[in-house]
Amino acid sequence: MSTVLSFEGVHRHFGPHQVLRGLNLTVQQGQIYAFLGRNGAGKTTALRILMGFLAPHRGRATVLGVDSQALRPADRARIGYVGEGHLLDPTMRVKDVIAFERGTRATFRLDLAARAVQRCGLRLGQFVATLSRGQRAQLSLVLAVAAAPEVLVFDDPAMGLDVVMRREFLDAMIDLLADSGCAVLFSSHILTDVERIADRVGILHQGALLVDATMDDLRRRLRRCVVLGGPEPALGGAAQVLRRRVRQGATELLWLDPDARELARFAQEGRLQDLGTPTLEELFLDLTGIEPPGLLSESVREVARAQEVVQ
Amino acid sequence: MLIRIDPRSAEPIFEQIVFAVKAALARGTATPGDKLPSVRELARDLAINPNTVVRAYEQLERDGVVVRRQGSGCFLTDRGSELGLVQRRRQLQELLRRAATDAFHLGFTAAEVRTALEQSLEQLQFDKNDQGKDRP
Repeated sequence: MSTVLSFEGVHRHFGPHQVLRGLNLTVQQGQIYAFLGRNGAGKTTALRILMGFLAPHRGRATVLGVDSQALRPADRARIGYVGEGHLLDPTMRVKDVIAFERGTRATFRLDLAARAVQRCGLRLGQFVATLSRGQRAQLSLVLAVAAAPEVLVFDDPAMGLDVVMRREFLDAMIDLLADSGCAVLFSSHILTDVERIADRVGILHQGALLVDATMDDLRRRLRRCVVLGGPEPALGGAAQVLRRRVRQGATELLWLDPDARELARFAQEGRLQDLGTPTLEELFLDLTGIEPPGLLSESVREVARAQEVVQ
Repeated sequence: MLIRIDPRSAEPIFEQIVFAVKAALARGTATPGDKLPSVRELARDLAINPNTVVRAYEQLERDGVVVRRQGSGCFLTDRGSELGLVQRRRQLQELLRRAATDAFHLGFTAAEVRTALEQSLEQLQFDKNDQGKDRP
């Protein structure tokens, strides 16, 4: 597999405010990477650096092997980018927006765009000002994909869309991926979508990735349980507690790599209740919630490093 | 055949698809010769990454459960027909040994495990759909 997108030790601050502190992330060919983090975590800053709209203060980002600060128009033609808020000129009609976009990229395919617009139920003569937020999001997607890009970068594409519009947007994205197999990096807050569609997940926290793992790994290796009574059971092997918190008087544990049989035995003895695999939302809350991550972030980073070695 | 997944399960999505297809064959809700949905169709239907579907279909192909015909899609094959009898027996033994070991650690007796296996076979209605010819 070849690397399509990368951040290598990227730092960026705005005045005294340090936003990125050594961000490392790579997206491989054909991979769908979900870039998560709380509001203000620095996702948009990172994506703007990746697109060359903003310069890093240290480190570098690359797209298709080219330094993001040296992207030429020919390189940009290979990238589909949809920014936050879907900024489009409200005084233009849909067909004008398409014509304009076509002029900027040699690989832009008018037939693809026209078909996609139709499928979304948009009319070519409609003014952008009259489009709903969902329609604007779809038009942005159409513009990004009609040039048959090799890589797609989305900054929170589903923001502000209702459930139906979100599903349609997802469908359009799936269609595109089935055709092209291009790599995608997208930031999102809709974790239920991420659970379905992403191959790999990165959680940005305090300027660096707190988690960088495949969805399959997160599913297989994490387990939550509640201690029911007596002392906290100690699991052997490689098991480690990532998070320990007391809720309603009971201790809740988040385990990494517990031995399933050991867990089952403790559950049978009535010492703990197995809550199963955490959802992405539970994990996200556990890791980036109001309580400081403390030791936890260190152990997760170690896991991420160990994974890199394995790969 | 209806392939469904639980995105919150501990099991990777591609493995859930593999199991769903194998279970449909075992239950008789799908029969050899049936065509699997196209990658795009299934990916859209389940709202998942098309690559995940591709991975599942490749695994099914390796397991001898489906064959891919260029241009026309993936089709279910006769159960186990791709593998020799000795190899199939060995795989079965390995599967059962692993299940028995885990059951022991969960604190079940041999009799309880036997009953549970009988129940699972009944639920799958193995015998009802048995064509007999591939039986070891």
